[in-house]
Amino acid sequence: MKALLLRDLRLAVRAGGGFGLGLAFFLIVVVLVPFGVGPDTALLGRIAPGILWVASLLAALLSLDRIFALDFEDGSLALLATSPLPMEGVALTKATAHWITTGLPLTIAAPVLGFLLNLAPQAYAYLLLSLLLGTPALSMIGTFGAGLTVGLRRGGLLLSLLVLPLYVPTLIFGAEAVRRGADGLDPTGALMLLGGITAGTFALLPFATAAVLRINLR
Amino acid sequence: MLSVSGLTCARGGVPVLSDVCFSVAPGEVLILRGPNGIGKTTLLRSLAGLQPLLEGAVDYPEDQGAYASHADGIKAALTVTENLKFWADVHGTAWVSPTLPEVLAAFDLTDLQDRLGGTLSAGQKRRLGLARLAVIGRKVLFLDEPTVSLDGFSVKRFADWLRDQHLANGGCAVIATHIDLGLEAPELDLTPFKSAPDSGGGSDQAFL
Amino acid sequence: MSIWEYANPTKFMGWTAPVMRVAFWLAGLCLATGLIWGFFFTPDDFRQGSTVKIIYLHVPSALMAINAWMMMLVASLIWIVRRHHVSALAARAAAPVGMVMTLIALFTGGIWGQPMWGSYWEWDPRLTSFLILFLFYLGYIALWEAIEDPDTAADLTSVLCMVGSVFAILSRYAVNFWNQGLHQGASLSLDKEENVANVFWVPLLVCIAGFVLLFIALVLMRTRTEIRARRMRALQARAQRA
Repeated sequence: MKALLLRDLRLAVRAGGGFGLGLAFFLIVVVLVPFGVGPDTALLGRIAPGILWVASLLAALLSLDRIFALDFEDGSLALLATSPLPMEGVALTKATAHWITTGLPLTIAAPVLGFLLNLAPQAYAYLLLSLLLGTPALSMIGTFGAGLTVGLRRGGLLLSLLVLPLYVPTLIFGAEAVRRGADGLDPTGALMLLGGITAGTFALLPFATAAVLRINLR
Repeated sequence: MLSVSGLTCARGGVPVLSDVCFSVAPGEVLILRGPNGIGKTTLLRSLAGLQPLLEGAVDYPEDQGAYASHADGIKAALTVTENLKFWADVHGTAWVSPTLPEVLAAFDLTDLQDRLGGTLSAGQKRRLGLARLAVIGRKVLFLDEPTVSLDGFSVKRFADWLRDQHLANGGCAVIATHIDLGLEAPELDLTPFKSAPDSGGGSDQAFL
Repeated sequence: MSIWEYANPTKFMGWTAPVMRVAFWLAGLCLATGLIWGFFFTPDDFRQGSTVKIIYLHVPSALMAINAWMMMLVASLIWIVRRHHVSALAARAAAPVGMVMTLIALFTGGIWGQPMWGSYWEWDPRLTSFLILFLFYLGYIALWEAIEDPDTAADLTSVLCMVGSVFAILSRYAVNFWNQGLHQGASLSLDKEENVANVFWVPLLVCIAGFVLLFIALVLMRTRTEIRARRMRALQARAQRA
């Protein structure tokens, strides 16, 4: 698993587009919002938690179809399936690699963009914490979606259609935690539920992902 | 080492080969022959465990099978050495025997070892894909047209490696190929095993 | 003889033909009775006036929207465990029916909500979860359509249905957490004494029976179509081999 993780990270760095593209997309979406809703800083501050969460969700979505598609096309996935590494391990590793290349940079960049949107000062810690807790779930759910659509020629659009409804609970708890933090309320409940979703997806979805990968490889 | 009995395998829900039986001893190679579309690839994928069998049994030591087809799994952004090292790591085989220079030499990759996968020609990629078989330490190889896009010299090198390194060390192989590898090996023509048009099995059966 | 033998495609085609016909007739009868009774022969509600009568469409369709997904889940499990092709095809057949039921529930809800809450749409937990359910139906149907090989499609959609069910329940709790909502509590429940008054209750039950029967009839009809299409495919594949 370590070998696969290191290879995926190395590929992301070398091939370009792994780290940078998602981040740039995140930045652009966040910058576009004020153009759409107007420069009212009070309003922007109020909607900032939701905007930041939706934007990071979309940025994570952007790179999902690359998780398995390249390995499927060049045959690596079939070779991995006959290797001693179980498919569950492949799924888990792929999700982790995706998180390190998208979720983690987004988490680190989000506070900076929160500044642009006039996010309440007391909310920054919760923004960081909620993204840190929630983005792994986004990667894992996305990996499952990528596994489902890997054999399809035009899977990209379908992938979004399948994955976005699955993102609803994560988005709700994540944005709620930041909003409560911004309003000076106690966000512990939302954060705990968010952590619960991440733990649950990492415990169960690798099995579902491995199952759909095996089906797609036959 | 490898024994197959009563094997029926399907492609797209339709049985293509029925009741295939053969066995391969350590140090032996079996060459699969037959016209295009007879089911050589399907058979090899079934043997490697990539698709379920409709019937029959395939028996070989667990975790000893390896599959190779025209898709080599080579990453364009990794060098030749890195590509090989990745597969060795995944299979948990350290560079003890054969060593990296030996493998590179056997497949004529020594001069290319620091080139990126993406800059290799089709034949060079193929050699790298085959070199993978040397580093994963698997005994039972299922090879689907391993010599596609190789020149005559490279084919001979591959056959030499297979004979001197793999078979001599107790490995065996099932190879689907149309050219003569220069190995003394029994051939199995798959034509007699072709499923009858009305044969049962397969996911369509319930609807007929 | 085990009950599973009825799932053999040929047998299934045999016994469903009369059942489907009866289900269609009974559904028409129940719906006509229930709706006419409900619309013209029940008094207006003292608070909600005549708008309450949309309950005869809204409640049964909302019930069936959820039940259709449950039926798909059960059918998917049967396919995964027992590999009965008809089961997978029945799940496929039920999805569009369930999706339309969800749409009916959403539209009637909007029409009902306008005079009650003053707007057609509120981001109320119940409404929102139905919208999410609609998206799940959409994804499920799109996945079926996108995959060529019928067995692969059946396998993948079954896994999606199971994973989707877990996330649908999760979403239901999440939207509750997110907004407390305006929607009245469930009007029907078996354990509560203070249900809707009997004058509304009986025609509503008739309507629900009508919707259930209609669902059964439609799913049977669509499953039969799927089986025929699959049989044609199989025959074509065989003809090509000969």
